[in-house]
Amino acid sequence: MSDDTPLLDVRGLRVASRTGAPLVQDVSFTVGTGERLGLIGESGSGKSLTSFAVTGLLPDGLSASGSVVLGGMQVVGARERELVTVRGNIASVVFQEPLTALDPLMRLGKQVAEPLRRHLGLRGAALRDAVHGALDEVRLPDPERIARAYPHEISGGQRQRVAIAAALACRPRLLIADEPTTALDVTVQAEILALIDTLVAERDMALVFVSHDLAVVSRMTDTAVVLRHGRVVERGPMTRLLSAPTDPYTIELVRSARRLDAALEVS
Amino acid sequence: MSAIVDEAAGQSGETRPEETGATRTRRHSVTLTIGLILLGIVVVVAVVSLFWVPFAPGDTSGERLEHPDATHWLGTDKLGRDLLTQLMIGARIALTVGVGSVAIGAVIGITLGLLAAFAAAWLDDTISAALDILIAFPTLLLAMLIVAAQGASLGTAIIAIGLAMSAVVARLTRVLAKRVLSQQYVTAARTSGTGWFGVIGRHILPNIWPTLSVNLALQFGIAVLAEASLSYLGLGAPPPNASWGRLLQEAQGTVAVAPVGAIAPGVALVVLVIGVNLLADGLRDVADPTRKRSR
Amino acid sequence: MAVLELRDVGFSYRRNVKPALDGVSFAVEAGRSVGLVGESGAGKTTVLSLLLGLSSPTAGQILFDGAPLDRRDREMMREFRRSVQTVFQDPYSSLDPRQSVGRIIGEPLRSLGIATGADANERVAAALQAVGLPADASRRYPHEFSGGQRQRIAIARAVVARPRILLADEPVSALDVTTRIQIIELLAELGVSEGMTVVMVSHDLGVVAALCEHTVVLQGGRIVEQGDTRDVLGSPADPYTRRLLDSVPRLPV
Repeated sequence: MSDDTPLLDVRGLRVASRTGAPLVQDVSFTVGTGERLGLIGESGSGKSLTSFAVTGLLPDGLSASGSVVLGGMQVVGARERELVTVRGNIASVVFQEPLTALDPLMRLGKQVAEPLRRHLGLRGAALRDAVHGALDEVRLPDPERIARAYPHEISGGQRQRVAIAAALACRPRLLIADEPTTALDVTVQAEILALIDTLVAERDMALVFVSHDLAVVSRMTDTAVVLRHGRVVERGPMTRLLSAPTDPYTIELVRSARRLDAALEVS
Repeated sequence: MSAIVDEAAGQSGETRPEETGATRTRRHSVTLTIGLILLGIVVVVAVVSLFWVPFAPGDTSGERLEHPDATHWLGTDKLGRDLLTQLMIGARIALTVGVGSVAIGAVIGITLGLLAAFAAAWLDDTISAALDILIAFPTLLLAMLIVAAQGASLGTAIIAIGLAMSAVVARLTRVLAKRVLSQQYVTAARTSGTGWFGVIGRHILPNIWPTLSVNLALQFGIAVLAEASLSYLGLGAPPPNASWGRLLQEAQGTVAVAPVGAIAPGVALVVLVIGVNLLADGLRDVADPTRKRSR
Repeated sequence: MAVLELRDVGFSYRRNVKPALDGVSFAVEAGRSVGLVGESGAGKTTVLSLLLGLSSPTAGQILFDGAPLDRRDREMMREFRRSVQTVFQDPYSSLDPRQSVGRIIGEPLRSLGIATGADANERVAAALQAVGLPADASRRYPHEFSGGQRQRIAIARAVVARPRILLADEPVSALDVTTRIQIIELLAELGVSEGMTVVMVSHDLGVVAALCEHTVVLQGGRIVEQGDTRDVLGSPADPYTRRLLDSVPRLPV
């Protein structure tokens, strides 16, 4: 793949419900190697559906059409067998709810091991070392203990670190983070965002960051696409979106965010 | 995945006042109608039987095991009694059994279930364990034990079945009530000054009723079938006030010669049980303010 | 005199376990809005339960109009409930789905014996108007409304009895960003027009800063800092408060 080919090329993506109602319409964007893109939207905007469609993870009943080319492979209409080859080693996803993204009945080490086993074919001691290494990379103290623990035995922030470790275990080129810190305390949030930022930079990965929080998106990405009711209403560099938005919805979004932000300026 | 569901719901669930206003006045459901019809047939037959039956119940004047003809519309049984008469009386008995045992089961079951839902952990555990033990007994076995001890009659059968049912109803009520109790609107009610009885009457019962009523309808059918089984085994009310189950038992030996004797009560049971279930489903649909109605 | 006061309050769920609250003291004075800030495990839920009169402290006292709150005293509790009403966090589970909006809003009036019949209907209509919802909303059901609208319904229910204190538990956390500002402004406006004091519990510093004059910072069941919002957020004395402030994602200028 040449440097000009984007890692992720979404064109005219459309997601429809079981009854045919359009939930996402005509969404297009590209993400190149090492690029960072934000997907901004509130509830009902279709931002999560878009990120799920990109990896072929739409729930039953929802159908996607249009074109999503990920790492050179067309995702729309692809069979599960083909999709499995790109999930984890081309693109990985980190979700909002660490409790539901991790199997509550499986030890954490085993869950991190799974993508390593499948994509890199590691076994035994090599696998165990790789798991500990992955947990270490997300700055978890005492990786051996964490690997033996169950999800409910550790804190929310730690769970999210494990989820990130599992997502990055096979060195994917693209990380899709869907509201990864929304369910976390604000102090933990800052740590997790810093962790994602560092890891993505260290590995020269591309990042798609999905969130409703403008401040968080502007911290993590350089450009963004604003979604509303399933459509793209505006796109551009974060700096311009925040200083001179053109779409009325974006304007309102920025204004609300600025009002709350301004309240914190009390001096 | 909840994020996805929420997104999809959010997009389709925005307020559309024009739509909801118009369709709300048009609440009906096909299941309700059919259920009413089927149940209605049985009720009408039962009511009519109070005033008129083709033959006196004990009348054995007919030919034995006659096929249906002009005099005996459904034929006769092995003692010459008119089958239609027995079927009609059986309708009365089936309804009595259904209503009686569901009444007993519901009153005892709902009360116990609510008690367990509100009780302190240890009391709740004790009640739940007792219920589980009771449920482990097949309804029929339980009913047989009680009937064998107290003597076979319609009354004992109804009480026995009702008691067995109350354990299932109690367990369901407990689970549903606990779920409602954990909702914020119950906390909101309490901080609005509503006492526990108000919370039960205004919030818990209305919210558990949809699921509970469907279950009670199922129990109605099970009760009728249970009594039929008891009668079939000879533990029900003796003829001539025989239930459909007893009719089935008596027709057993002669089904090859006079099949109507077995088919008629069988069909009657099916009509009643399906009718009650459909009725309950339909009622639940109609009473639910959140179900989107289609023309 | 403070309307509501926690004096050296402690709460333990079980013996021999670290208490959920320890030595918590703060006061709610009429007309001075209070914000309680804390992350998970700070004890916000416990404080809320105590402020709602749904549980009693295992140490210390809760004072209502200067007198210790006795949950077994029916007269006192009735007066307490008339004076303290709440808006809950989740607009989707704080409204009974099987009751009409009108009945939902009118519940405090019925339960507290404040008004019935036509009088109650009038007050419900006035509450709907105060929160910016149309009068015909009272005949409709919660599922017909969006999250922001449901929260308005919840606010209407909270103000219909004209309480002295409006307790708000994360009132905007479950709402979209664009709706948050509207609800915050509504709460502030109602505080003034209805003469209510708003007490808000939240993890969101921005929301607390926008609405409350007095801020109390909770951590691990203790108050680490409290005072004028301007001072607490402008020049925090406690390192935890400072860390909290630094962690909030800010928009670039």
